[in-house]
Amino acid sequence: MNFSVVLNQFWPLLISGLALGFIYVLISLGYTMVYGVLRLINFANSEIFMVGTFATVIVSRYFFHFDQNTDPLHGFRLFYTMGACLIASMLMSGVTAVMVELIAYRRLRAKGTNRLASLISAIGTSIMLQEGVRILTHSTPMSNPRLLRKFGAITIGDVNTPNNVVIRNDILLVIVFAAALFFAVDRFVSKTLLGKAIRAVSMSEETSRLMGINLNRVISATFLIGGFMTGAAAFLYETVYENTKYNVGFSIGLAAFTAAVLGGIGNLRGAFFGGLTLGLLEVFIAAVLGTQWKSVTVFVVLVLVLLFKPNGLFGEAVQQSRV
Amino acid sequence: MLNIRDKGAEIWEGWNRPTRSTFVIGLIAVVMMLPYAGNFSFTNILNTPISSYQAVLVYPVGMFVLMALGLNIVVGKSGLLDLGYVAFFAIGAYTAAIMGTHFHWNTWECLPLGMALAMLSGVLLGLPTLRLRGDYLAIVTLGFGEIVRIVAVNNPSIGGPNGIANVPNPPKTLGVSFGLDHMESFFWVVVIMILLIIWMVRRFTARRPGRAWEAIRQDEDVAALMGVSTLKYKIWSFSIGAAIGGAAGVIFASKSMYVAPDMFSFNISVLILSCVVFGGMGNIWGVILGGTLLAYIPERIRFISNARQFVFGVALVLIMNIRPDGLLPRKKREKITKAGE
Repeated sequence: MNFSVVLNQFWPLLISGLALGFIYVLISLGYTMVYGVLRLINFANSEIFMVGTFATVIVSRYFFHFDQNTDPLHGFRLFYTMGACLIASMLMSGVTAVMVELIAYRRLRAKGTNRLASLISAIGTSIMLQEGVRILTHSTPMSNPRLLRKFGAITIGDVNTPNNVVIRNDILLVIVFAAALFFAVDRFVSKTLLGKAIRAVSMSEETSRLMGINLNRVISATFLIGGFMTGAAAFLYETVYENTKYNVGFSIGLAAFTAAVLGGIGNLRGAFFGGLTLGLLEVFIAAVLGTQWKSVTVFVVLVLVLLFKPNGLFGEAVQQSRV
Repeated sequence: MLNIRDKGAEIWEGWNRPTRSTFVIGLIAVVMMLPYAGNFSFTNILNTPISSYQAVLVYPVGMFVLMALGLNIVVGKSGLLDLGYVAFFAIGAYTAAIMGTHFHWNTWECLPLGMALAMLSGVLLGLPTLRLRGDYLAIVTLGFGEIVRIVAVNNPSIGGPNGIANVPNPPKTLGVSFGLDHMESFFWVVVIMILLIIWMVRRFTARRPGRAWEAIRQDEDVAALMGVSTLKYKIWSFSIGAAIGGAAGVIFASKSMYVAPDMFSFNISVLILSCVVFGGMGNIWGVILGGTLLAYIPERIRFISNARQFVFGVALVLIMNIRPDGLLPRKKREKITKAGE
């Protein structure tokens, strides 16, 4: 137990917790949106994330031919290179998500079978993706070239005293970009026609079908949006942590799913608060108790939350924006 | 399409008692002889490349069938999605390892303790969490599975990440010796445990707990309204499943003589659940078939070693798409009502 760390390092911990939390927010959107429409855990979402991280690394490594020794980029070149990585990551994740839906869920849904069958076929798809990537990469980790020179973008307080707060530019990018994406998805779901269709399906599949909503299209769209968000998260993750492996998705996917449950699964804004809460909790707990107890405490917190609020922290409160 | 399960039940119904007994005894004898099947030319197709065939029969095949039967009570009979079943397996294995190395208990003394501890943890986990529904229960059990593993990794007193080595083999019992060169005796122990569980589950199914589980699985609210004390029966199902997992863990630890946290990863929980769903939830024979296939096939196709898990994933997706209720599904209620008309 080391509480002094929290006092001394409060601001740095808070900032890195926020960055992690915002990455969780985007991934948990992939879980929560699919759960909203299908009432099923999208078990393959962690692999969708993994595919996204590899898309980012492969584009910057093999398409732009960057490696560890390349100097960081500047100006417009930085902008379009990172943009290409981001788009590749989002597209790959989105396409993978739609494929997962086609392979694992669609046929089973048409047959109208039990939920566990879909769960197992999603697990099967997840094993397929993970093992496929493992074989292709020979189980070796891949590092992402540093495209963005990292420096303290914002400094609050006096640089010469220990009490100053430095926010690195990549962290800033994560926070701003993820918040913007979340805001966009939230608007999209509540304002556009497709978003309304998604919400209708999540309220009642039967009724929305009677109202003329093309169920398969809406579900595919949900997977696509979830995949896009997960892909964006993968890009941001690579920008900050710069490393990936075939099993990178497992622990992060688990944490993001926990975040979705924490906030009330199926609820967009719940995912937002759940993700941030979980990111902050993880960072602070790791500082106080040591990294090894991080996931244990997170699960204990989750169990406690579910005990007192079985629908998650925001399960019922934000009915309006339920996916 | 030929329904193997109904066809089998039909044949079984047509037999008189002596025929049934002969068939069961014969089947048990064949299964008990399986460890020797690798030695004969006409059965050596069963032999597994790379890993020893007899060892494969114990772990994964026997253990997976055992645990799948235990998980079947939780998932198949009472419809509670448990994604952390490996936790009970780990608790059993660590009990055997600690009691065996520090206190020199033998395996048969560890077995009831391991089962009791697994059961106790099942009750302690179940009391708060079994009030939750469906997917929340799934995530909490998943978390519990991870917690047990992480606690084992971070606890130097139980070996930390290195685990515990030199777990004693069971002593010579009833003239049967156990050890690395006597894998068949472990297999016989597992088969006896499986038989006991089959017997137990069949008794339960026909009696009050089985009917309560069935009611809870079909509709919990209706079951509660009909006076079934749902929490009680859910905890019973959860802790009986846990005890079976613990028993499997004890045997596993004394068979492999070594436990480490890595052996109890989330993958095992997923695999066991896959065995249950793949074979046919709620149907004992389906679950046994599922456990056997899912444990045996990856070992049998080890010659494509690198891609075997990939093939496994493909097989899971394909089978679930072709037969969503599993290979040997349980009897459907519709069929019962049709027969009654």
